Amino acid sequence: MSVLIFAELDEGALKKSSLEAIYYGSKVAEQTGTSATAIVLGEASTDELTKAGRFGAAKVLHASDAKLNDGNAMAYASVVAAAVSQEGADVIVLAKSSLGDAVAARLAGKLKAGLAANVIELPDLSSGFRVKRSIFTGKAFAFTELTAGTKILTIKKNTITPEETEATAPVEAFTAGLNDVDFAVKVTHTEKATGDILLPEADVVVSGGRGLKGPENWGIVEDLAKALHAATACSKPVSDLDWRPHHEHVGQTGIKISPNLYIACGISGAIQHLAGVNSSKVIVVINKDPEAPFFKSADYGIVGDLFDVLPRLTKAVQAL
Amino acid sequence: MKILVCVTSVPDTITKITLTDNNTKLNKAGVQFITGPYDDYALSRAVDLKEQLGGTVTVLNVGGADAEPVIRKCLAVGADDAIRVNAEPTDAYFVAEQIAAIAKENNYDLILMGRESIDYNGGQVHGIVGELLGLPSISPVMKLNIEGTTAQITREIEGGHEDLEASLPLVLGCQEPIAEWKIPNMRGIMSARTKPLKVVEPTGNDTLTQVSSYELPPARGACKMIPAEEAETLIKLLRTEAKVI
Ligand SMILES: Cc1cc2nc3c(=O)[nH]c(=O)nc-3n(C[C@H](O)[C@H](O)[C@H](O)COP(=O)(O)OP(=O)(O)OC[C@H]3O[C@@H](n4cnc5c(N)ncnc54)[C@H](O)[C@@H]3O)c2cc1C
Ligand SMILES: Cc1cc2nc3c(=O)[nH]c(=O)nc-3n(C[C@H](O)[C@H](O)[C@H](O)COP(=O)(O)OP(=O)(O)OC[C@H]3O[C@@H](n4cnc5c(N)ncnc54)[C@H](O)[C@@H]3O)c2cc1C
Repeated sequence: MSVLIFAELDEGALKKSSLEAIYYGSKVAEQTGTSATAIVLGEASTDELTKAGRFGAAKVLHASDAKLNDGNAMAYASVVAAAVSQEGADVIVLAKSSLGDAVAARLAGKLKAGLAANVIELPDLSSGFRVKRSIFTGKAFAFTELTAGTKILTIKKNTITPEETEATAPVEAFTAGLNDVDFAVKVTHTEKATGDILLPEADVVVSGGRGLKGPENWGIVEDLAKALHAATACSKPVSDLDWRPHHEHVGQTGIKISPNLYIACGISGAIQHLAGVNSSKVIVVINKDPEAPFFKSADYGIVGDLFDVLPRLTKAVQAL
Repeated sequence: MKILVCVTSVPDTITKITLTDNNTKLNKAGVQFITGPYDDYALSRAVDLKEQLGGTVTVLNVGGADAEPVIRKCLAVGADDAIRVNAEPTDAYFVAEQIAAIAKENNYDLILMGRESIDYNGGQVHGIVGELLGLPSISPVMKLNIEGTTAQITREIEGGHEDLEASLPLVLGCQEPIAEWKIPNMRGIMSARTKPLKVVEPTGNDTLTQVSSYELPPARGACKMIPAEEAETLIKLLRTEAKVI
């Protein structure tokens, strides 16, 4: 029995959501009296790999083959499955993310495992293995028993607060034979913003809606985001109109985020928009219409013209 | 081109979730059920591909008889026939097992799904089905074009997108802007009534997970309003009171 955590890299660094998953996995190992091993795929520096130890991993497996650099979920699932069998792992923990979902799913298929997505708390082991997960995009929670021998959990981002220690973890090279069939899908072109804070990983998000009037006005949103080290997001009509790229669209049909702070500017607060952001810890709404429904779901509100308010907020942040 | 589209019957996006039976059930009273919005994108693209390349579109749902209105609507939008696996869809693995069993009998070129169900939000059925069938699974797919037996695909990744090329058959999880949602017209609605809807019994009865009870989130506290003239105070409050910056 042991816990295996699949940890993701972004631009060579362990993702924040993966550090949360490692910490979560180490706590489950503590609860069950076993140990937690993290597995990292693709090229990474030793410094970065040992960081997993500071978040609770007792050991790090590193599959360093450069063929594993570009997040191929099928190949990842095969390698992780090999690690599961080497380590005799019966609990596998991943961050809920676009890659984490795919790896978890393929693994569940391989191992016939019980799978719970969007887990938000440590398991209750008092009678079996019960987790609390978020469903209906945060509108409800389901307490789910995992009765299968092998259990796979994907952890909702920013719901577990990891503690960092000085602990170190030994890094072991892990080689698993790679299958050609796992590389049948060819990546012909990749376009990815570099250096930016990834929206799903961000602690603070500044978001704009149709109230911004046009893409040429996004500078004031970006300025505030920059001052706050925040990522930018938008409502669906804004990405439908091509004012902003689709990967910034949050909501029912877009990305679901749960940052510490979500600042909504010129967004009315339709229920489908709220579905993507309602698990944010603190919500700020800036809207010129005092009747905008978003105020009912906010913690702080300003009724005002965003073209006046946003630049003043940016100045106030810069003055901190 | 033989296309299978897997659809969920889910509470409308504007539904306020409530619970019954001592919090062990979701309350269905007064809830309007719709096709999952992502499943709708998958179906719309499938119908477009059929019009372009010829072939058939089959709709598949794993669920009870109460899902049939949603299945009929999919037929009205342009699917040719439908299959309902008569079972409570208890978790992603169970659903995937049912879809894989149907797919094994039918040799589909494409199995299209939504990127994620809007009830349980797993985002995982396509991956499990892909694994069970030994096929590639790709999600979330924003663009899909077929030339011969090759698919050109654009997939969203965190912070951007990537273009992919793969041979059929494939399992795909779809999202916008892969197609425009289609609204059924009168002729579609009329013809949907007589299109075949086959009901089959499930295979396998593994219980890997089980929901024991539900809970609703606590309401957010009252919104603290800050006059626009004093907007700067917000930043102070976010630092000293909310402690988030
Ligand atoms: C099935 C389905 C799925 C959907 N999925 C999503 C989704 O994932 N994400 C999403 O966002 N939407 C989604 N929608 C759409 C949603 O219903 C709303 O239409 C959308 O969120 C509205 O976007 P908005 O708030 O930017 O625009 P609007 O509703 O037009 O609101 C603009 C707001 O800006 C304010 N404003 C205007 N000028 C100013 C100013 N100068 N200063 C301050 N405030 C100003 C206005 O008072 C108004 O409240 C979905 C809809 C459906 C049916
Ligand atoms: C009455 C009822 C009770 C339910 N009880 C539970 C429960 O106790 N526990 C639980 O986990 N889920 C339950 N759900 C099922 C839920 O709707 C999903 O079908 C299933 O759990 C997979 O969820 P997911 O979020 O992982 O799917 P995802 O992986 O997010 O779905 C991706 C795609 O797979 C396809 N798909 C998913 N489900 C189905 C389906 N049923 N039929 C056809 N295609 C499908 C769709 O194209 C969907 O867009 C219940 C649903 C109903 C209607």
